[in-house]
Amino acid sequence: MAGVVTERAGLGFEETELRLGLPGGGDTLKNCGKRGFEETIDLKLKLNSSVETVAVLPEKDRVKPAADVVVVTADPGKPSAPKAQVVGWPPVRSFRKNVMSVQSTKTGTKEAVSGTGSGGEKSSFPPTVGAAFVKVSMDGAPYLRKVDLKMYKSYQELSTALEKMFSSFTIGNCGSQGINFMNESKLMDLLNGSEYVPTYEDKDGDWMLVGDVPWKMFVESCKRMRIMKGSEAIGLAPRAMEKCKNRS
Amino acid sequence: MVFDGERSTMSSAPLPDQVLDNVLETVLHFITSRHDRNAASLVCKSWFRAEAQTRSKVYIGNCYAVSPNRTVQRFRRVRTVFLKGRPRFADFGLVPVGWGGNLSPWIAVMSPAYPWLEKLCLKRMTVTNENLYTIATSFAHFKELLLNCCDGFGTAGIAAIAEKCRHLRVLDLVENTLEVEDDDDVVDWVSFFPLENTFLESLVFDCLEFEVSFASLLALVTRSPELKRLKVNHHVSIIQLRQLMLSAPQLTHLGTGSFGEGWDQEHLGDLTSAFASSSKTLVHLSGFRCIIPEYLPAIYPACANLTCLNFSFADITADQLKPIIRHCDNLQSFWVLDSICDEGLIAVAATCKDLRELRVFPIEPSEDTESPVTDMGLVAISEGCRKLHSILYFCQSMTNAAVVTMSQNCPDLVVFRLCIMGRHRPDHITGEAMDEGFGAIVSNCKKLTRLAVSGLLTDKAFAYIGEFGKSVRTLSVAFAGNSDLGLRYVLEGCPKLQKLEIRDSPFGNSGLLSGIHHYYNMRFLWMSSCNLSINGCRDVAGKLPHLVVEVISDSGTMQQHHDDDDGEEEEEDSNGNNETVGKLYLYRSLDGSRPDAPPFVLIL
Repeated sequence: MAGVVTERAGLGFEETELRLGLPGGGDTLKNCGKRGFEETIDLKLKLNSSVETVAVLPEKDRVKPAADVVVVTADPGKPSAPKAQVVGWPPVRSFRKNVMSVQSTKTGTKEAVSGTGSGGEKSSFPPTVGAAFVKVSMDGAPYLRKVDLKMYKSYQELSTALEKMFSSFTIGNCGSQGINFMNESKLMDLLNGSEYVPTYEDKDGDWMLVGDVPWKMFVESCKRMRIMKGSEAIGLAPRAMEKCKNRS
Repeated sequence: MVFDGERSTMSSAPLPDQVLDNVLETVLHFITSRHDRNAASLVCKSWFRAEAQTRSKVYIGNCYAVSPNRTVQRFRRVRTVFLKGRPRFADFGLVPVGWGGNLSPWIAVMSPAYPWLEKLCLKRMTVTNENLYTIATSFAHFKELLLNCCDGFGTAGIAAIAEKCRHLRVLDLVENTLEVEDDDDVVDWVSFFPLENTFLESLVFDCLEFEVSFASLLALVTRSPELKRLKVNHHVSIIQLRQLMLSAPQLTHLGTGSFGEGWDQEHLGDLTSAFASSSKTLVHLSGFRCIIPEYLPAIYPACANLTCLNFSFADITADQLKPIIRHCDNLQSFWVLDSICDEGLIAVAATCKDLRELRVFPIEPSEDTESPVTDMGLVAISEGCRKLHSILYFCQSMTNAAVVTMSQNCPDLVVFRLCIMGRHRPDHITGEAMDEGFGAIVSNCKKLTRLAVSGLLTDKAFAYIGEFGKSVRTLSVAFAGNSDLGLRYVLEGCPKLQKLEIRDSPFGNSGLLSGIHHYYNMRFLWMSSCNLSINGCRDVAGKLPHLVVEVISDSGTMQQHHDDDDGEEEEEDSNGNNETVGKLYLYRSLDGSRPDAPPFVLIL
């Protein structure tokens, strides 16, 4: 785990490091008491290996620690020999039972996985350290897809993969050249046309054009993607333009 | 007298019958209650006909009580259909999968017969994607779809409704179990709504497991100016919720989705303003599926106007509840988890003087835990909320005294459902059975129509119910009673009884027989894991030819290999005892036994 932290630090991304709680805050978090990134990574790995992890988010102290849900152990408060299970008793609908356990799993592991930039991970899957799954939807397409951003090394690779997935639609003006997201004039062409343009929602909840930021930063901050019609993406352009201008 | 336009001239005087029919039909249009209509239809043949011509809402409480064909032949101009399928104990896994309650035969008949159908409400039915496609394409004026506790369909079917029902006003998906779909098959149904402004008034999908595209959802809400009720699922984060609220300031009912996902002080401020803007219109608040309690203060501005608050998915403590409930003077309906403990209930009782409905669900639905809510909470509620009509209360144990107190403080109770999760648990102070408590409820609460009993109960409790429960229509019994007498008291004593569901109680054939005079008036009787035998059930089936008597086996192998002869041999073999029936479900049907019974259902 130390290795993971070092790797991220080495890339100079401390400022953009995903943290829980207040931006820029490390341990100076207020009453909410959420832990910082490193501690969260620690936490996640502990959850995977140990049984009783007490150091979970403090505001959940009063409730069962999330570890209870991840690993089923005997709660010391319970009598040692519970009555035989009877079908349908107590009469609580199964979806109500399921949702409660999903909720604890979700809150317990959600903070743990958010470090990898995924927002769409279904809570029933155990958090995987390396993956960065995001959901990709396309306007007008009948289905959502999930992609693991960690599987690609560049926007080029991602765009090829997306093209394959949503093969009946064209993505931007890529054709055989692939998408060159950093090219300002091409961006304008894309945006003014009715071609499709990939956008994403970052961890702050803002919708941005894909290609705005360096690839690694994108992988870490992308929560989900939406491939929308070029004309609809016009509103996102100014930010992209600004960033392009700042860089050049 | 109101005349049809054509008949205003005296020269071509209409036949007296026709005049009467026209008048009747015109007048009957104003009668909306189905009970009144049922009564009117019994007067004479012409009233029956006139009523059938004018009934626009058909309510079928048991989809097997009447066939689809008979329904469409009698009622020709129907706009609204309510259908209920499986018995309620199906919610707790007691009815095997595949038992029935399929919508397909109904849709096959209704789609040609009711081209003007506008509204369909289904509960506990199996609805397929094909059914939804058919609905979407057969009914040009379809406006409202409400699916409650249904299964069998997926996101593709919902998408068809969204796309093709151009007049859709209501799409309420409540507590349904969707078909498990691969990612490839999951459809983003929200993006299928037409791009123009919609007529949507209500969009409820809080229990839908699959995420929808938020951008599509936001765009949909923005172009739905009539939207009043919106309940989103737990994939919608708190930031997204705020955006939705700002796009739809006219909402009256809001399901908040996760109400969590990342704490940020700034978000709290923004969210509070959103609730402040909606505070004049919002009356119903629910959701809170993955709550971060630090966000709760955001709803303060809306509390005073709320009549309904549903925290039943929010794991919060008494301390977290108190600052909120303090503001909720106008609350009439409150659903909550027992994590708030007796202390939380005391706080509710202190403020919510207008409370009509309370439901307290268990965070840990098991038998051996410490219960955070007890008889103290119940008494506190009864003392503070005198107008209580309906209560559902889960606890580990209870006292007679507390239940008696409630019966005295809240005489207006219509629904009393007490679930003492510890089976056969007596009064934890006196050690006695819970008979007196439930007895007090039926005798003091004269308007009681629905009762669910639990805890240690002897036949005496049932004697009380039979003696005093003259208005009781629905009775749920589990792990209770001593002998057949208990069942007899109820069947003989409660003339209004419609729905009786019993599990794991020592009631046998003679108890079953004692209801012969009444079964035709009931919606259904369910008995599982009791002391019934095949012969006893056959006896009842023989005496009541219009009764459908279903014997359902768990494993699906018991009855299907035996015809009548074999069954009897088997019974004589084993100790001279009859083969015990696992589950019995009986109901009156106008059209005989159903054609779609699966192999594990034996119809006697």
